[in-house]
Amino acid sequence: MKKLTGIILGTVMAGMLASTAIAADNIKIAFIDPLSGGFAATGQDGLAQYRFAAEELVNKTGGVLGGTKFEIVPFDNKISPKESLIQLQVAIDQGIRFIAQGNSSGVAHAITAAVKKHNKRNPDKRVLFLNYSAVDPALTNDKCNFWHFRFDANADIKMDALTDIISANKDIKKIYLIGQDYSFGKAVAAAAVKYLGQKRPDVEIVGNELHPIGKVKDFTPYARKIISSGADAMITGNWGSDMVGLGKSMIAAGFKNPMYTYYAASTGITKIFGADGKGPLKLVGEGQINPPASDRADAYAKAYKAKYPDNDLGQPRIANVIEMLAKAIDKAGTASDMVAVGTALEGMEHDSIWGSKILMRAKDHQAIQDVHIFGHTDEGVAHDFDNSGFGLKVENTVKMASADSATTCKMERP
Amino acid sequence: MSLLLVNLLDGLVTGLLLFMLCSGLTLIFSMMGVLNFAHASFYMLGAYFAYQISTYVGFWPGLILAPIIVGLAGALVERYGLRRVHKFGHVPELVFTFGLALLIEEIVQFFWGKSHMAYEPPALLNFTALTIAGNGFPAYKVFMIFMAMAIFLVLLYILTRTRVGLIIQAALSYPETVQNLGHNVPLVFMGVFGVGTALAGVAGVIAGPTLGTFPGMAAVLGSIVFVTIVIGGLGSLWGALAASLLIGWLQTFAASYNIVIGDVLVAVGFPMPVNLDDSALRDLWTLTVSQIGPILPYLLMVLVLVIRPQGLFGKRET
Repeated sequence: MKKLTGIILGTVMAGMLASTAIAADNIKIAFIDPLSGGFAATGQDGLAQYRFAAEELVNKTGGVLGGTKFEIVPFDNKISPKESLIQLQVAIDQGIRFIAQGNSSGVAHAITAAVKKHNKRNPDKRVLFLNYSAVDPALTNDKCNFWHFRFDANADIKMDALTDIISANKDIKKIYLIGQDYSFGKAVAAAAVKYLGQKRPDVEIVGNELHPIGKVKDFTPYARKIISSGADAMITGNWGSDMVGLGKSMIAAGFKNPMYTYYAASTGITKIFGADGKGPLKLVGEGQINPPASDRADAYAKAYKAKYPDNDLGQPRIANVIEMLAKAIDKAGTASDMVAVGTALEGMEHDSIWGSKILMRAKDHQAIQDVHIFGHTDEGVAHDFDNSGFGLKVENTVKMASADSATTCKMERP
Repeated sequence: MSLLLVNLLDGLVTGLLLFMLCSGLTLIFSMMGVLNFAHASFYMLGAYFAYQISTYVGFWPGLILAPIIVGLAGALVERYGLRRVHKFGHVPELVFTFGLALLIEEIVQFFWGKSHMAYEPPALLNFTALTIAGNGFPAYKVFMIFMAMAIFLVLLYILTRTRVGLIIQAALSYPETVQNLGHNVPLVFMGVFGVGTALAGVAGVIAGPTLGTFPGMAAVLGSIVFVTIVIGGLGSLWGALAASLLIGWLQTFAASYNIVIGDVLVAVGFPMPVNLDDSALRDLWTLTVSQIGPILPYLLMVLVLVIRPQGLFGKRET
């Protein structure tokens, strides 16, 4: 018995050694996002998309630097900035040089500051921060640094694109702004007021209010107020249960006009709105899933669903992160010199699988790309969300949104 | 004016829903002295069970079956959990129900995940019953009103007109005497706990489709039910009804009018600071009633406790 245990133990250990030996050759990307707690659904979705993108777009096509593969290493930050910094240190100690994070701008602020400090103190072990979702404009303005790259359109860019579309719609004369009472809700409202004032001074903002975040039991009174204001459209940055509650109450109260949202899709939300949301529910974002931009995009989405039937391609930009990083590593000829990789990524132009051109703007490391207004619908939806038959279909596109927008970033290059 | 009417109706729906939760809790609280922190969790269980049943056989069987399952679960919790903890005093009971609330939330997340469930009103009631100045009032909410009214009347009848009600009423005030008279008081406790949690289950089944079925649904209602029974007076069904309606209307009206506190202060006679940005009270001046809406019930509770500690309809001090 003892002998048998010894053999098993030996085999297991040998296997572990072998696997670490193989893994050591991989280029590791630390995925630091919530994998437990209230936001786990979004985090798990993101992780699945990263793993799939690394496998399909890099590893199956021969890897980078002549055969090296990508490996995604998950770290659970429980969406806490403090926990994220601990996980960041663990990742760095494991020799990981690429950090991917997206959920919560608060976490992104903590990571970008920590990465900046770390890179200054450890020039031989620098890391790059690939921000794929945190949309606080400050990250590519006042708080920008060379090591941070944002692949999503930031909140200002989304609002710029959204107000372009609203400006072109002469039926919209009154707009109601409503959001959660915290920094992001306020940022969305401020951007809406600013851009609408510039583009359509004739549009009346009939309501601009913030509600307590996560504490409203029933949004019906808000819906009554919005409808009574005679609004032709509503804009909200709400997410999670506040988005579901607001949207459902609006529809139940008989609101038929557009509701422009940032986050009313996937992780169960699309399924809940179902047929009721068809018509009023709109979403602003990047990444054209429907109609598929190309056969390649279609095949990618199909293969993803086959591998992860319970997850959605809710964050299409993740494919861009992986492809652009692979390109930058190949161009730099190294995966360990972050100055070289960062320089290669800076100013890079890339043809996204989703059909858009992507420019990683050198002056602030903000990706400039097509921003779409999607409609929640079941018509012409090749790839649905939540396996509900409903999904997001592109209705309007702003090409290379905010390409010439100003930034307060003063990039300090190493 | 028309908005006022709509808000009255909406507040009625919110209030009656709250009443379904509070009616059970107020009985449990006054009879057993147990602050049942897990009461709102049974409400959540009701919604989830009904959702699960509705995916197989539709909404209506769920409306009947889910509360029964929740009630049975509640009775079992009382029989094998609370009754054992009871002999150690009130603090262990409190900790027990608190732990139970956390446990139920984890269980729900384990089986159903963290996202919202697509629990919908039945197709039969999925139309707009009446429209007042562009504001639609769904038929489902009319159904909610009648459902809650029916529950109130049935409860009132049982408590005041039947023998069971008589024993419950007696056990509320003098449990030892009732026991000495030969009644099985532990059984009465178990029954009240079961029926109380079943009522919470009914509330969950009915509220799930409109207020959303998600793991946080217990937490958003959890504290407000305690506030309601304290305001209404412990053990009083009429008090629970009055307090529920009061809070329902209070919250609805607070959320639906954008009254700025600054305007109120000016109207009362306070001078507006010339430069708001320099004023230390800037936040107070720019606050709207809808922003402070969620704390109004707590303010009301403090007021009631100061002025009338036994609650609006209560007979004894809390």
